[in-house]
Amino acid sequence: MNPIVELVDNSFIFIVAISVLLLLGVTVAMIYFVFRYSEKNNPKPDQSITGSTTLEILWTVIPLILVLAMFFYGYEGFKEMRNIPPNAMLVKVTGKMWFWHFEYDNKKTSDTLLVLPQGKDVRFELMSADVNHSFYVPAFRVKEDCIPGRTNHMWFHTTNIGEFDIECAEYCGMNHSYMLGKVRVVPEKEYLEWVNRVDTVKKTDSLTAPTGTVPGTVKTDSIKTTQPKVDTTKTTGNKKDTLKVNPKDSLKKNK
Amino acid sequence: MANGSLANEVSYLEYQGKHKGIMGWLLSVDHKRIGLMYLMGIMIFFFVAMTLGVMMRLEMLTPGETIMKPQTYNSVFTLHGVIMVFLFIIPAIPAVFGNFMLPIQIGAKDVAFPRLNLFSWYLYMVGAILAIVSLFIGDGPADTGWTFYVPYSIRSAQNVSITTMAAFVLGFSSIVTGLNFVVTIHRLRAPGMTWFRMPLFVWGLYATSWIQVLATPVIGITLALIMLERFMGVGVFDPALGGDPILYQHLFWIYSHPAVYIMILPAMGVVSEILPTFSRKDIFGYKQIAISSLGIALIGYLVWGHHMFVSGMSDTSRIVFSLLTFLVAIPTGVKIFNWVATLYKASIKFSAPLYYVLGFIFIFSIGGLTGLVLGALATDIHVTDTYFVVAHFHYVMFGGMGIMFFATMHYWFPKVFGKMYNEKLAIVACTVIIIGFNTLYFPMFIMGYMGMPRRYYDYLPQFQGWHILSTVGSWILVSGIVFMFGNLFYALLKGPKASMNPWGGTTLEWKVPSPPPLENFDEIPIVTGGPYVHDKATYIMYPSKEGINANGGVKTVNQEAAL
Repeated sequence: MNPIVELVDNSFIFIVAISVLLLLGVTVAMIYFVFRYSEKNNPKPDQSITGSTTLEILWTVIPLILVLAMFFYGYEGFKEMRNIPPNAMLVKVTGKMWFWHFEYDNKKTSDTLLVLPQGKDVRFELMSADVNHSFYVPAFRVKEDCIPGRTNHMWFHTTNIGEFDIECAEYCGMNHSYMLGKVRVVPEKEYLEWVNRVDTVKKTDSLTAPTGTVPGTVKTDSIKTTQPKVDTTKTTGNKKDTLKVNPKDSLKKNK
Repeated sequence: MANGSLANEVSYLEYQGKHKGIMGWLLSVDHKRIGLMYLMGIMIFFFVAMTLGVMMRLEMLTPGETIMKPQTYNSVFTLHGVIMVFLFIIPAIPAVFGNFMLPIQIGAKDVAFPRLNLFSWYLYMVGAILAIVSLFIGDGPADTGWTFYVPYSIRSAQNVSITTMAAFVLGFSSIVTGLNFVVTIHRLRAPGMTWFRMPLFVWGLYATSWIQVLATPVIGITLALIMLERFMGVGVFDPALGGDPILYQHLFWIYSHPAVYIMILPAMGVVSEILPTFSRKDIFGYKQIAISSLGIALIGYLVWGHHMFVSGMSDTSRIVFSLLTFLVAIPTGVKIFNWVATLYKASIKFSAPLYYVLGFIFIFSIGGLTGLVLGALATDIHVTDTYFVVAHFHYVMFGGMGIMFFATMHYWFPKVFGKMYNEKLAIVACTVIIIGFNTLYFPMFIMGYMGMPRRYYDYLPQFQGWHILSTVGSWILVSGIVFMFGNLFYALLKGPKASMNPWGGTTLEWKVPSPPPLENFDEIPIVTGGPYVHDKATYIMYPSKEGINANGGVKTVNQEAAL
């Protein structure tokens, strides 16, 4: 079982269940009062009702207990997310406009496609080569930002074999919505075969042929994507800002 | 006796001062005319931003390109956000109805600094014009999202500088208005208007004004630093120059989270006005509602970090911010429970403004409760930066503040314009709005939990069904809104004359003619009781005629000197 997914889904169900009860309570009471105490049904309002200390205490204390329980549930799940198993395998993730770059322990690299062995804990070091990105794998309920100039951490457990979407969740410019990828969880043997296969021509494996492009959907835009000097990004070529650095240079500096 | 002298006065709409025609408006320091001028600007920008929103939904109808390119889409959602937040949501209720009603509700002839008030309107217009100009000059409109996150906002070649400049100027307009209101509430309350006799709308504005004065300078500095960074490369935020992008996020949200309460507190104030009026009884838990406004304002300062749970902030600060975030739910809950309790054993007159308020309570509750999902750490990490967040803040901002702005217009329309609208049509419009609203935004909760990130031009095929539903909702919602404004506009031209107090309200604005005369009151009234007492009079409108010397009475306020 994937512990993080379970914890996130359980706290979600817990919060939503209480919320639905509260919403129903408020809405039903409101609608009932509007009909029961309409001008017609209740021509004389009771002017003596202006408040009740008992009720005020009740609807301060009970919600307080409920939200503290919600906080605790959320905290429990979070603790699991941050509790990175010490023997987890490491993958370095770098977000670039607009694709994902993965680097394994043995220097094997891959773009867009993240191949992982089944039944392993995987730790990620998240970095960015240019602007903020966010590494998001909805199926595993985890995300963490990739911020230039620092390294963030995240982990998950690969439970089932299959392909899962990777999305960039922090807005990063023109092709933000095409900064996608796949987690491919395979049996360990198949993984070892893949990770140790060194391409003689280039060491990069990709889900799709040219870096950062998207299959089929936007042919015209994807040509622009491959070029670093897209009109949205200021590069060294821009005369106005000599101080600004090419995104690729900044990555080197950070290392 | 008393009524005779009032009836002879001309209303603020017809009054002719030193300047005639349009200049009589542009140079007027009358708080009511300034409020109406804000209303004009705000309506125009609301429609512009709404159109942008409809375009976004249309683009989302199909995967891939539907009506625009990605670059255009990014600019459209940025401008939708910037215009809605800075030009509509923040100023709408305080600048329009706060300006108009605050002095009347506390028994004053104007705000404390009428000229400053006019100045802040001009600042608002300058900011608005800058925002519009940024569309047409330079390299195209900003494409950073309304949050202007660095380093993207520093690197983007689009026209980010002018858009941030616009937000900067608008911030000043907000600070000046806030300052004006704080001083007005402290210094210009009528004799006998103690703090706990103030209408709850005034309490809402008071809490809001403090946030405006104390939090807005932070965003001013932050946006100024972005401009310095863009023009001079100072390197406060850009990591390539040794800066820290997380610092930017902290500074941005130190303002922008309290700003959420700038948006919602005045709206909550109006709820507390409308409910007792149509319930024909006092509000339930007056003091708790008043103090919870201050509670929200105070705790609201301390929760900004919940926007950054996945930014790489330390685990300790994530836990602390999560806990504090849950605490802000308590005063909000107290308000909702007290509002519902007000209806108990009331004698409810079912009319259009009340109907909008009931819709507000339902929608805002959904918005508030889904906020709990975002406050909890484990669930937030999954749904932050997805459509779940988009749905949540539209439920709170549009469903909360937006629908209350509509309610406010319907509640005070007869007072502001002296005309009455067709209530049946207003209720029909509201029903269409509530249905459209939920069809538009509820699917976004589901998409968000499924993992649909926000600010996506294109999307994976599994989301398309929900996107279609949501887009259809946007058409229903917009039809409702257009119909509602049409109804009000028709009333403005052809509506029957409204009486002084068409709803049976108990606060001071219902004791002056509709529309009110230039300086609101012939004589500063004396307040003898709470704001929502229905069974006895709590104001002496003509103290001198009843032989009472106001200045020797309960509290001395030199109204004339302040003017």
